[in-house]
Amino acid sequence: MRVAVIVFPGSNCDRDMTVAIEHITGRRPQQVWHKETTLEPVDLAIIPGGFSFGDYLRCGALAARSPAMEAVQDHAARGGAVLGVCNGFQVLLETGMLPGVLVKNRDLRFVCRETSLKVEENNQSVFTSGLEAGEILRIPVAHNEGNYTADEATLSSLEENGQIALRYTDGAHIGPYNPNGAANDIAGITSANGRVMGMMPHPERAIGDGLALQDGRRFLAAAIEALAG
Amino acid sequence: MQVVIHISLKDGVLDPEGRAIGHSLASLGFDDANSVRVGKNITLDIDTDDASRAHQRAARMCEVLLANTVIEDYEIEVIEES
Repeated sequence: MRVAVIVFPGSNCDRDMTVAIEHITGRRPQQVWHKETTLEPVDLAIIPGGFSFGDYLRCGALAARSPAMEAVQDHAARGGAVLGVCNGFQVLLETGMLPGVLVKNRDLRFVCRETSLKVEENNQSVFTSGLEAGEILRIPVAHNEGNYTADEATLSSLEENGQIALRYTDGAHIGPYNPNGAANDIAGITSANGRVMGMMPHPERAIGDGLALQDGRRFLAAAIEALAG
Repeated sequence: MQVVIHISLKDGVLDPEGRAIGHSLASLGFDDANSVRVGKNITLDIDTDDASRAHQRAARMCEVLLANTVIEDYEIEVIEES
């Protein structure tokens, strides 16, 4: 299983993601600097969380136009799998690889806490294919702009095509179950072909082994197993 | 030529920042202030003396990078030197 983690100035979850992937696969992913114009053949490219380019202009906007992201788009066009987490999700939306936009949280506050996520029954993606439909994952979020929105037509087509992968749902955590006001409680979506996924919650921060939560590991391991299969 | 680009949220897009500022203005007694919206201005110098070319280049920059046209509108103002 070959994985690449793209690194921008201001990325800050790149190392956690690298460690998480190494724990699962036993193989250290390659870290790819944003100025690289090509991507070695990989099974999965990951866009990590953080504050790429200081969130200047719009979250993810500058990273989305970097040479490495062009290479990631070529990789996706060949059917390669791509996962964007938090700022990585913002980057994928800015490239247009996924539809919609992430705007400021409903309560205008940075939210950093556990959330409960329901794996959508009808999601048709490689990322959730190894999980139980309807199962609940406990994974934390940490963001200021995680409020997913799109026009009505886009939201309807996401629903109808089974492109919603994860939805915020009730759980034993503090605060409202939807942490940011996201439309239709959307926490993660996938592309029409199910090979590109963006999600606000941070699976790499919930990999057990000293961390309180481990469902992030379950999510990543299931995705990697499905991709390897 | 100097160009000023005004970027604003499209009508109907929720602007929580504008709403918070509106609430703050109201609490300061400015209860005649309605529909507060926050946008941004980007000023730049484009390497041409042709106003229509400056406009065209700025529009291209907005489409490619400066505005997210899913939620934002942009207006371009080319400053004619006097």
